[in-house]
Amino acid sequence: MDIFLQQIINGLVQGSIYALVALGYTMVYGIMGLINFAHGEVVMIGTLVTITVAGTMIKAGMPVVLAGFAGLSASVLVCMALGWGLERIAYRPLRNAPRLTPLITAIGMSIVLQNLAMMIWGRNYMTFPPLLPKMDFEVAGANFTAVQLIIVLVSSLTMGGLLLLVYRTKLGMAMRATSQNPAVASLMGVNINRVIAAAFVIGSALGALAGVMVGTYYEIAHYQMGFMLGLKAFTAAVLGGIGNLAGAMLGGVLLGIIEALGAGYIGDLTGGFLGSHYQDIFAFVVLIIVLMFKPSGLFGEKTGDRA
Amino acid sequence: MAEVLLQANQVAKHFGGVKALRDVSLSINKGEVYGLIGPNGAGKTTFFNCMTGLYVPDGGGFTFDGAPLVADAPHQAAERGIARTFQNIRLFGNMTALENVMVGRHVRTKAGVLGAMFQNGATRVEEAAIRQRAIDLLHYVRIEDRAEDLAKNLSYGDQRRLEIARALATEPKLLCLDEPAAGMNATETEELRELIEGIRRDGTTILLIEHDVKLVMGLCDRVAVLDYGALVIEDVPAIVQKDQRVIEAYLGA
Amino acid sequence: MKKWLNPRSAFGISLIAIALIALPFVAAMGGQAWVRIVNFAILYVFLALGLNIVVGFAGLLDLGYIAFYAVGAYTYALLASPHFGLHLPFWVILPIGAMLACVFGVLLGSPTLKLRGDYLAIVTLGFGEIVRIFMNNLNAPINITNGPQGITLIDPVAFGDFKFSGTTQILGFSLTGPHKYYYLLVALSILVVIINLRLQNSRIGRAWQAIREDEIAAKAVGINTRNVKLLAFAMGASFGGVAGGVFAAMQGFVSPESFSLIESVMILAMVVLGGMGHIPGVILGAVLLSILPEVLRYGVGPLQMAVFGKMLVDPESLRMLVFGLALVLVMRFKPAGLWPSPERKRELTGEA
Repeated sequence: MDIFLQQIINGLVQGSIYALVALGYTMVYGIMGLINFAHGEVVMIGTLVTITVAGTMIKAGMPVVLAGFAGLSASVLVCMALGWGLERIAYRPLRNAPRLTPLITAIGMSIVLQNLAMMIWGRNYMTFPPLLPKMDFEVAGANFTAVQLIIVLVSSLTMGGLLLLVYRTKLGMAMRATSQNPAVASLMGVNINRVIAAAFVIGSALGALAGVMVGTYYEIAHYQMGFMLGLKAFTAAVLGGIGNLAGAMLGGVLLGIIEALGAGYIGDLTGGFLGSHYQDIFAFVVLIIVLMFKPSGLFGEKTGDRA
Repeated sequence: MAEVLLQANQVAKHFGGVKALRDVSLSINKGEVYGLIGPNGAGKTTFFNCMTGLYVPDGGGFTFDGAPLVADAPHQAAERGIARTFQNIRLFGNMTALENVMVGRHVRTKAGVLGAMFQNGATRVEEAAIRQRAIDLLHYVRIEDRAEDLAKNLSYGDQRRLEIARALATEPKLLCLDEPAAGMNATETEELRELIEGIRRDGTTILLIEHDVKLVMGLCDRVAVLDYGALVIEDVPAIVQKDQRVIEAYLGA
Repeated sequence: MKKWLNPRSAFGISLIAIALIALPFVAAMGGQAWVRIVNFAILYVFLALGLNIVVGFAGLLDLGYIAFYAVGAYTYALLASPHFGLHLPFWVILPIGAMLACVFGVLLGSPTLKLRGDYLAIVTLGFGEIVRIFMNNLNAPINITNGPQGITLIDPVAFGDFKFSGTTQILGFSLTGPHKYYYLLVALSILVVIINLRLQNSRIGRAWQAIREDEIAAKAVGINTRNVKLLAFAMGASFGGVAGGVFAAMQGFVSPESFSLIESVMILAMVVLGGMGHIPGVILGAVLLSILPEVLRYGVGPLQMAVFGKMLVDPESLRMLVFGLALVLVMRFKPAGLWPSPERKRELTGEA
């Protein structure tokens, strides 16, 4: 019981990050029915851009706060441009193609981005500049840091902001309409191209934010970090019900907690046979179980198949 | 005394709040052509889909040839001897007409991967028989000259015939046709009528869903009318045509 | 079979046969490394043809195919190396590997049967990763796979005293290890191609195609789609398993690194870029995607040195970058693949 609360906290933090990334997947899938494989790479680029911008500024002697903001802004802008570019150049021409074609394209773009990152930033692990104060707190026997607290707070605020956008603005309504029925939405005057672009851009912005958080939390980054993160975030989106925003958020947090608890207790559960380095498996197992038994996820709608 | 082939008992199905079928009971006798008509949305195709295992009924069930029909197992319906065509034509578009019919033989043949890999005697004999039967069926429905064309390139009328040929390939006891005359002109409809008559003559029981009331009344031994998911009447055409409820259902009360 | 015997086909086949027999000697002129590259290309042809059954024939998007390769390879490694002290002959191990891979195929395929395209892809991807993670970590408490270090000193293929490693003199020709493996691989591939062709034109092949075209209609005509799909997984997996076994024997060691996701993607790309479901296209795709990167690797480095005087771009990352771009470009401009079957081309491009 002693590590339970600790793992919950860890899971909550990691889960908040998953949630932010999952939103990117779920928005795109909800509107286009496409799994944007390259999204994980966008997050990774967000992290690496921050390292370059903030790192350079800090070395030049500028205050950490300024460097941090500059790094974050640069990331968000770069990722938004990247997301926009992906949609415009790679996916838009394929809107009417059978499903396999955009999927392969997405995989291809993911590989391209990963290798571009490798060419720009090199193969080595990089240290993320420390942007947040190091403070420790303790609650009921479990420790948490300022970084963790800030991650959870910022994520929650951002997600709240997104919900406001989607449910209270015209753009949000346009997005919801498009994800229900693109043809009719466009007949009603919705500019589908702009809505889809918006989904990509907003998702990428959130991804950039998540990237900065990952960097801040783990303090290192690597050109290959996007892959696993992306996969797990996608699992979270599916868990919550793909296409459903609240589902993605909840799915992310839930997955984070499942992973943390699993990693914490797997040794005990399997009598030492499986250790915590099997941690990555939990996401996959969750994915498989959800897709087998409740493919619409926790909040998704069941889409029937009329013959 | 007519022998019952298919018995529907109190079949019910709803989608959310919509009651698509309300306790529908009817029976189809061996050797007859049985028509199922009703206005759009009456539940005809839903009934079909429940019978052939594509939907699971929420209440009631079917008995076929004396034994209950298992729900949710479309391939078992075909094994038992129920074949169907689809309202929107579901052919294997990128396979040739001949291949489409050959696939229809799948359920009555048995060569597996080992047979395919080793091409032993029994497999080759079976394969030749499949091919021959498919060619014969294409002749039967009069599209033999389109055998090597891709199914998706056939004319609409030929596609409907092909679908029937494929269904016949499964050697059904009950052939279910879902609006086969849709989109056909008078000549094509007459040809279809002849084809269906021929199939009945050759011993297959037929369930026909149709909108073309003239075709149904002229062809069917008995007719059932559905309206809003409920059975209105089940009788010979002469009586059904004159039934007040039927007239109201079609013309609107 | 009769159509193979007419004079034109016989001539064509003889030419191909001569080319195949001579190829390793030609390749060896560039160095033994090239014979090895050719061998790997053939292994990929193997794998691509196996995956073609799942993706091309049955239309099931498998992104975790490499798992079966891994099972076959590790089975061979465990049964023919000092690791457990077992040294079974290859003709015993290969069938065992194939069967084990087959079982895995059924296991991994079963949960996916009701899933739609993208979800199927993700789940199979997950399975592939799970297998790799297990391979990487099953070294404690009992050491089964020896973890990240893998298993080494695997016995080469051998017919009695005739070992496939080392050089042998036959009829005045000097056959090196890779040479000998080349002929073994070619023989096996020809077998695989024949099996694939036979499967394609069989009752089961048609059933796979029917499922790919319209699963609901397939069920309506009596195809037990569950079993037939599992059959596709099982068959595809067994090919992967056999390829894995030969790989283990040829390379002499196996480690989890060889079985990562990118390999699954690579093989899928070979099938899709080559021409999904079309056997000649798939072979072309496999050869292109395995040889071209090597050409890039050997060419780009010196080229950069010659033109720029230094290495601007690491050939390895350039190779992967080009691969990714190739995927995107082919999907954009030739979605049916480079050499599709005539029907499929029409389906995807609307032209004859």
